[in-house]
Amino acid sequence: MYQFSGKLKTFSLALILIGLVGIGYGFYSAPKTVEEAKEIIAQQASHGDSHATSHEEVSADGHKSEAHGESHASVDESHDDAHAEHVLHQLKNKPWSAVYVALFFFLGITLLVLAFYAIQRVAQAGWSILLFRVMEAITANLVPTSIVMVLIVISAVMHWNHMFPWMAEGVFDPTSPNYDPIVDGKSWWINVPGWAIRSIIYLALWNAYRWFIRRNSIKEDTANDGGKTYKLSYNVSVGFIFVFMITETMMSWDWIMGLDPHWFSTLFGWYVLSSLLVSALTVIALVTIYLRSKGALPGVNDSHIHDLAKYMFGFSIFWTYLWFSQFMLIWYADIPEETTYFAMRFNEYNFPFLAMVVMNFAFPVLLLLNSDFKSIPWFIVIGGVAILCGHYIDIFVMVMPGTVGAQWSFGIPEIGAILFFLGVFIYATFSSFAKASAIPTGNPFIEESKHYHYYNIEHRGEGSGDHH
Amino acid sequence: MESSKVIHAFYNDDEVLMDAVKAVKAEHLHIEEVFCPFPVHGLDKAMGLAPTRLAITAFLYGITGLAFAIWMTNYMMIQDWPQDIGGKPNFSWWANMPAFVPIMFELTVFFAAHLMVITFYMRSRLWPFKEAENPDPRTTDDHFLMEIPVNNNEAKIIDLLASTGAVEINVVDKH
Repeated sequence: MYQFSGKLKTFSLALILIGLVGIGYGFYSAPKTVEEAKEIIAQQASHGDSHATSHEEVSADGHKSEAHGESHASVDESHDDAHAEHVLHQLKNKPWSAVYVALFFFLGITLLVLAFYAIQRVAQAGWSILLFRVMEAITANLVPTSIVMVLIVISAVMHWNHMFPWMAEGVFDPTSPNYDPIVDGKSWWINVPGWAIRSIIYLALWNAYRWFIRRNSIKEDTANDGGKTYKLSYNVSVGFIFVFMITETMMSWDWIMGLDPHWFSTLFGWYVLSSLLVSALTVIALVTIYLRSKGALPGVNDSHIHDLAKYMFGFSIFWTYLWFSQFMLIWYADIPEETTYFAMRFNEYNFPFLAMVVMNFAFPVLLLLNSDFKSIPWFIVIGGVAILCGHYIDIFVMVMPGTVGAQWSFGIPEIGAILFFLGVFIYATFSSFAKASAIPTGNPFIEESKHYHYYNIEHRGEGSGDHH
Repeated sequence: MESSKVIHAFYNDDEVLMDAVKAVKAEHLHIEEVFCPFPVHGLDKAMGLAPTRLAITAFLYGITGLAFAIWMTNYMMIQDWPQDIGGKPNFSWWANMPAFVPIMFELTVFFAAHLMVITFYMRSRLWPFKEAENPDPRTTDDHFLMEIPVNNNEAKIIDLLASTGAVEINVVDKH
């Protein structure tokens, strides 16, 4: 049985602590008053960089098209004051958004590991049984990330943060200067109680399946009841995939598309899914490679790693396909209400927006194209790190333009949030992995998984006696 | 001069064949050819055949197709006659690049697939009206055949093959 080493525990706790300090610094350094925001604007202008100028143009544009409640300041106020207030709200959103991006990234990855695990059960895959305990351990991270998500939901409902512009005061009130008829037309879906209740339901359903399947999976080891426990896991997993596809789609509307309430895209749920799925497979591969290197996963051979790398490769292309389909359809038709979304990202987020295509597509695809490379751990680690960084940027570019607009930067609050959730992830995963046997002995496909061999690759440092 | 005589050993099970191939290789005898009715996994490794380089050629063909598509779209749409078609930007190839991606993708796949298949046909010497090469029609149905050239060691090879479970052993003159 695997021992969660004290070294790793200390490391993860240190990450959590450093992360908390970084997050706290983010909240502490955010401006509290319009005067502070004006100072920051003046500072930016005095630097005289092109960023400040381009920012003026785009955010002036944003006043019209993005219609953040607060940007519709009354006419007698001068533009400067309205602008300063707008910037103040964006700067106030920054530490919240930093936490939100990292939270969504880690919560989503954990959720997709759970979904992939359910798929493996439903598909009765023969190769992946030895990795079941790894996947189960990763999904342990669903509990802490869900708790933080609940806190974020509460803070949004309580108006402690203003990440979702449709939650601003007066947006649904025709007598208010903040009234937004377009968002009001969608108020049957995007209203605070509905949003909060849906959010809690998604989290509850996912955690319920996670709790059940982990318990039942450990039960399988000693069940000896003619496969009854196994079949129950199977049936519940079928139901979960159905529930997951619906909740995942609606979650992407509620938690991500709601940040730009004037914009909509039909394939958005799939797009978010693909981004999280490829990251989830990468995380499974990296944790598997780490645990195997520690000798905690007897039986996992190069063919298992090879299969995970194939999934990373394939879903990197799948992500690119959806990213490009969404972009190209909007670029081609160029309908103004849809195009503002990408215009904002091209003008203000140009570098991360294009860099992530290289990191999520070109680099991993060229690296993992060769069959031999797909079973070499350090190749997968390099490709995997690029994929994970790239998909973090993907989430970043999904969230930030709607919440902080042109005021984005990547600094201490963002890094702090990543480190915090990374620490939580490491602690949850490896302490959970240490709690159960590394091999799910009760699964009827376990022998097939132990003898899994992809004929086309050479296994290094292993006997090939188990195949002809 | 090589002997023109070969031994044909017949097997009726792929597992037996695999073991026989390993036994023959262990004796350092040269296997001229093995005929099977279906692919036997691991046979190429047991025989010590070099891995195929067909995938590498496909990659190169794909790059060729991509380059062709880029050249073609750039020449036709940007260089030769840069018309304003529905307001699409044609000032440079990059400005209109997203519109060209579908054809770039398809031509990459087209070149990679078709040229690889043609390469396969050429390297395996397969074409219409080609004379079939299998020495015994049973090898396309339910028998496996191992062909070993003879170099004054006929009796020894026959003994070895008989011990590996061959169901029929023939010495034939290769024409």
